[in-house]
Amino acid sequence: MSETAHTEHTEHAGEHEGMTKKRIWNVFWVLTAITSVEFIIALYLVPHEVFGMTYHAANPIYIVLTLAKAFFIVGYFMHLKFEKTGLIFAIVVPVLFIIGLILVLTNESHHWIDLRM
Amino acid sequence: MSTSATQIDEVKTTPWAGGRSPFSVEYGKIMMWFFLLSDAFTFSSLLISYGALRFSSAAWPAPGIVFKAFPYVSENAPLVFVGLMTFILIMSSVTMVLAVEAGHRGAKKEVVRWMLLTIVGGLMFLGCQALEWTHLHSEGFWWGSVPKIDELKNFYDVTATPLVMTTYGHQFANLFFTITGFHGFHVFSGVVINIIITINVLAGTYEKRGSYLMVEKVGLYWHFVDLVWVFVFTFFYLV
Repeated sequence: MSETAHTEHTEHAGEHEGMTKKRIWNVFWVLTAITSVEFIIALYLVPHEVFGMTYHAANPIYIVLTLAKAFFIVGYFMHLKFEKTGLIFAIVVPVLFIIGLILVLTNESHHWIDLRM
Repeated sequence: MSTSATQIDEVKTTPWAGGRSPFSVEYGKIMMWFFLLSDAFTFSSLLISYGALRFSSAAWPAPGIVFKAFPYVSENAPLVFVGLMTFILIMSSVTMVLAVEAGHRGAKKEVVRWMLLTIVGGLMFLGCQALEWTHLHSEGFWWGSVPKIDELKNFYDVTATPLVMTTYGHQFANLFFTITGFHGFHVFSGVVINIIITINVLAGTYEKRGSYLMVEKVGLYWHFVDLVWVFVFTFFYLV
């Protein structure tokens, strides 16, 4: 019994070398910075059309920034970046199908709008 | 009799050789991951239907106009209130991961402190969401209902026929309350689960067990709730 506990403990320790307090706060600042950039785009750049930033140009930027935030949350806060490759693939690969569906339906919805006009 | 084992007699030690988890993750934690994956599918189906309806619409209520109020403070502060909500949720994710970190060191008092702050963050978020819902409801938006057309047209930044505005106003209202409601329900469950886990920490359950793995598992759930909000925030408020 104690042997089992010991093995678990050692595995546990190795598994969590990834996140220190300093790293947690670094990730927090990254997330805050990305959100701030999104706000600057939405509240300043788009309304004033700075750098020719229109509504249509801003959308892909928002999506890229959102995916970046998702990477930091899942990778660091949820610790997936430090898990075994097998687990990373088991979680990430199914999500790729969702992204596929998004691409298909976004494309399709542009066709629907033509049908409705 | 030869003492050296042939290659075929050697016990395989590769991750997939059996006898242990190939992912080196405890059972409950891996099940939490797969639950979250299934939950991700649920949220995706909601958000994808929202995207498909919105991008195929002739007109859609403008987020900068619909979400321009900061309850009790200002009637013209677009996106500031949701900015606060986003900040609260990211902050509570940080306190959660700090609780997990304290758990690895077996620091019970610290775990309790960070868990309590996480719960407070979750409750603050729910409070903000209640205000946001109340505000939209007072304007006439609810499941299946939109403001009268002379008021509704002020929520659009493009011109469209009354029929188009009413139709897509309805779509917006239904999807907004369903998706933020479903997310809010997740936050609420998360708060309840966090409270249960905090009570267990206080009772010394995990101290006796020798591992704060349960804190990690609810942590995964809590970060997922934050993750979903990041997407809701982008697709409802920014895009």
